[in-house]
Amino acid sequence: MNDFKVLSRRTFLGSSAALAGVSAMGGVLGAGSALAQTPLTVGFIYVGPKDDFGYNQAHAEGAAAVKAMPGVTVLEEENVPESIDVQNTMESMINFDGATLIFPTSFGYFNPHILELAPKFPNVRFQHAGGLWTPENPANIGSYFGYIGMGQYLNGVAAGHASVTKKIGFVAAKPIPQVVNNINSFLLGARSVDPTITCQVIFTGEWSLAVKEAEATNALCDQGCDVITCHVDGPKVVCETAAGRGAFVCGYHADQTALAGDKYLTGAEWNWAGVYTGMIETVQSGGTIDNFVRGGLAENFIKMSPLGPAVSDAGRAQFEATKAEIMAGGFAAYKGPLKDNTGVEVVPAGAALVETDVAIESIGYLVEGVLGSTS
Amino acid sequence: MTNVADPLAQRSRTTGLSVIVPRSEAVLIPLAALLAGSLAFSLFLLLVGKSPLTFFGLVWTAGFSTAFSWQNTLSQVSPLLFAALCVALPARLGLVVIGGEGAIVLGGLAAAVAGAVVAGWPPALALGLMALAAMACGGGWIATVGALRIKRGVNETIASLLMAYIAIALFNHLVEGPFRDPASLNKPSTLPLTESLRVGEMPLIAAHWGVLVGILACIACWVLIERTTLGFAARIAGDNLRAAQVQGLPVGRLVIGFTALGGAFAGLGGFFEVAAVHGSANASLIAGYGYTGILVAFLARHNPLAIIPVAILLGGFAASSGLIQRRMDLPDATILVFQGMIFVAILLSETAYGRFRIFTATYWEGR
Amino acid sequence: MDPVDIGLWGVPLAILAGAIRVSTPFLFVSLGECVTERSGRINLGLEGTLIFGAMSGYAVAFETGSPFIGVAAAALSGVIFGLVHGWICKFKGVNDIAIGIALMLLGTGLAYFFGKPYIQPVAPKLPSISLGGWSDLPQVQAALQVNVLFLLGAVLAVFLWWMFRSTRVGLVIRVVGDSTDAARAMGIDADRVRLLSTAAGGALAGIAGAYLSLYYPGSWNEGVSSGQGLMAVALVIFARWNPINCFWAALLFGGAGALGPALQSVGVTEGYYLFFAAPYVLTLGLLIATSSPERAMQGAPAELSITK
Repeated sequence: MNDFKVLSRRTFLGSSAALAGVSAMGGVLGAGSALAQTPLTVGFIYVGPKDDFGYNQAHAEGAAAVKAMPGVTVLEEENVPESIDVQNTMESMINFDGATLIFPTSFGYFNPHILELAPKFPNVRFQHAGGLWTPENPANIGSYFGYIGMGQYLNGVAAGHASVTKKIGFVAAKPIPQVVNNINSFLLGARSVDPTITCQVIFTGEWSLAVKEAEATNALCDQGCDVITCHVDGPKVVCETAAGRGAFVCGYHADQTALAGDKYLTGAEWNWAGVYTGMIETVQSGGTIDNFVRGGLAENFIKMSPLGPAVSDAGRAQFEATKAEIMAGGFAAYKGPLKDNTGVEVVPAGAALVETDVAIESIGYLVEGVLGSTS
Repeated sequence: MTNVADPLAQRSRTTGLSVIVPRSEAVLIPLAALLAGSLAFSLFLLLVGKSPLTFFGLVWTAGFSTAFSWQNTLSQVSPLLFAALCVALPARLGLVVIGGEGAIVLGGLAAAVAGAVVAGWPPALALGLMALAAMACGGGWIATVGALRIKRGVNETIASLLMAYIAIALFNHLVEGPFRDPASLNKPSTLPLTESLRVGEMPLIAAHWGVLVGILACIACWVLIERTTLGFAARIAGDNLRAAQVQGLPVGRLVIGFTALGGAFAGLGGFFEVAAVHGSANASLIAGYGYTGILVAFLARHNPLAIIPVAILLGGFAASSGLIQRRMDLPDATILVFQGMIFVAILLSETAYGRFRIFTATYWEGR
Repeated sequence: MDPVDIGLWGVPLAILAGAIRVSTPFLFVSLGECVTERSGRINLGLEGTLIFGAMSGYAVAFETGSPFIGVAAAALSGVIFGLVHGWICKFKGVNDIAIGIALMLLGTGLAYFFGKPYIQPVAPKLPSISLGGWSDLPQVQAALQVNVLFLLGAVLAVFLWWMFRSTRVGLVIRVVGDSTDAARAMGIDADRVRLLSTAAGGALAGIAGAYLSLYYPGSWNEGVSSGQGLMAVALVIFARWNPINCFWAALLFGGAGALGPALQSVGVTEGYYLFFAAPYVLTLGLLIATSSPERAMQGAPAELSITK
């Protein structure tokens, strides 16, 4: 499993290197080659509003970069529920607008909706964000995602230096592996600064529920958490509420500096622009995108918001050093011996889960020091 | 109905006018309202600088023009039919039940859990049991609302709304807790149904069987209400609950029976969502069909037969939303504004019934 | 000031704070609907009015720089929705519940349609009054940051209660709500009273929306309302059309809503969905306990279609 993972990442890196070559050639050949390209119609589908300061906005920013490319028509639809609606939307994009490459960006679109449609449209490529494509799935489906957990680890490093109370807080939507990994990474990053730090988590149960997110943030502040981050679709409410209560904020999905001002430490952001333009260039040059693509900081799948003024010099130094370590590859947030928060050993001494380990994508436990439970 | 007592109308029966003319009122008035609502919306579009012609062209293209458009439209219809029945049936007894969403999600969950139990049984039997489980669950949930009304005098509108929120909480708790398939990683779901327990698409029309079952359910409900003694009793009770009680009608049993039936249909809608669309129960099931169903039922004036065209119209509008977003660069909410204007116009037109003499047989006989 | 560890005290504190912070939209919508329903009409569309009020309040506050002008704009937009509802419903044969649902759709649609450009900008927020200065605990101080609108709502509840009891206006509304014929005999224009009552209800629902977008949670986006408008309409029935009861019902709802997050923050982490349902379970329980078949609709205006 692990080998498969590393292999696919390497092949992606290879193809992106090849890509760089192709685009360089395109530059030399000039506009002629752009004209020769067959026009490509690409569809982007978002589960929420595309200016939510969060998950959907991050994807929409990527789509905006694609729009600027020559020979590409971009179709967008927002607020598409994970129901029969998304199947209809995809079919409509194919039938009415001739889309041949579709990015359904919400996790819930995958099963059953993309799996249902892909066999019906073998000439259309379905690129799904967040899924775990396996060779049993149709070959015209691809899944891609970024190691955003590393971003939350770096958030944790900044939080660890900023926290006075040694309690940090996390507003989470649902206890799923992607969220759980972010919670763990945030705490482990903070514990790399001070191993006594704990992280209180509150699950809101929904991806977007403004009042409950605000209440959760207030409850965390009441319990003395002085650095707050979150994993909900739109972090706007959490950021503003936490900053309003005087807590520091670590962002998520997109840059929320404007919302929290001086209280903003840093943030784990998606960086889809490069990923999407790269994939489109692959298709335009006649290549095929790998079915399973992952990348992290080094591959420009994710990025960090600029550090805020509240980050101390020591914090800044450790942040940059850790970031460099992650960029070098092979970084492990989960290092043994490590217990979960019920006392069960999950990573034995001497073992580690590196950034790229596919086991992280099905992680179900909260590590020691996280106050909360997944059910 | 009053025409029967009217000697003039009775005489004109021989000409057939008394059948055609009053019924044409029920068709022409909504059509005129549709037109008026569309005109109002055209004005709105002109004000924001968009072309009404393009808009209506796209609604036609995306909702009704090709086989694919119809598939797109019909695929949305099934849950609306069932959800609307959950409102319309109690409404005939004068009860305003707005919590059908709860019965849909619990019905879907019951179907998914039953599906895991009966996996490997003969598909026809297993599917029947799943549907039964869904209907029992949804029916029981809404019948509770009816029972609370009868036994404790609890207002059914608020009780059904509160219970819908409770049902969704219960659903989330069970799907992400006891009934969660450990393999469903980032989208917590129940165990997926086996392939033999999936409800497929109908021949010719690429929409699942839930559409046909929903239409048949509407027809059956119409027969029940308009053509049976039970339905007659219900209509009397709906006109005046206290008078019906005085007359010795079994009002309690009627209320519980009709709420149970409405809830059972909502549960069946949940069954089709799970068995035909999602393949398991998960949070995607909470899609708000129950609330849209309220609107469908009121637009159809709680007439089960009228629910069918209203649901199809709504499905067509919804199907065109995407194309309008993409082609006209309008926000997704455009279709909501359009629907809002159309529905206000249609509901306002209800005041027009009985006001025009051309819709009376006598008017035409006089010529 | 250093935060102090308050442990389990966080739960009652959160309930108190939640009751103050979260209840205001419920309070305003239910008071507004109380006025409307007392006149014999039901406006189920206040959810749409609330969402449009949230959008228009936020947009105007952003454009003018004043949150109070924003609140006024939200109230005005609510009046317009109320007038539309009231005007349409005066026609014979038109169902007020159905029109309400259609206007809910229209209000929501218009709010989303015109609200897109205002999701990103940050509008000035409504100020709050600090009533917690006596305490050294920052948590208590934060909990007792009370918004002007909450206080206004409390005063309004008492005022409306007094109005229905002892003023001519209140009497007129009640007469119209209890019997159109009696009102006509007294020379009252029932349609006009209902029109104005629905407009007043709309104004209050618009203000409730402005509270959501301009104070708590304090931003405009398409998910800012989680059904507060619809729920508050139901709370009026729960409160038996009594404005004072509306106030308590809103407090109960706000406080119970804070229970879920607060319990998680002190370590009660399992079954949080069930805790999140606390406001609904509690309300339903109280409703069942206080109802009885004999006095099913005590206090209900006799002309109200939902209770006939």
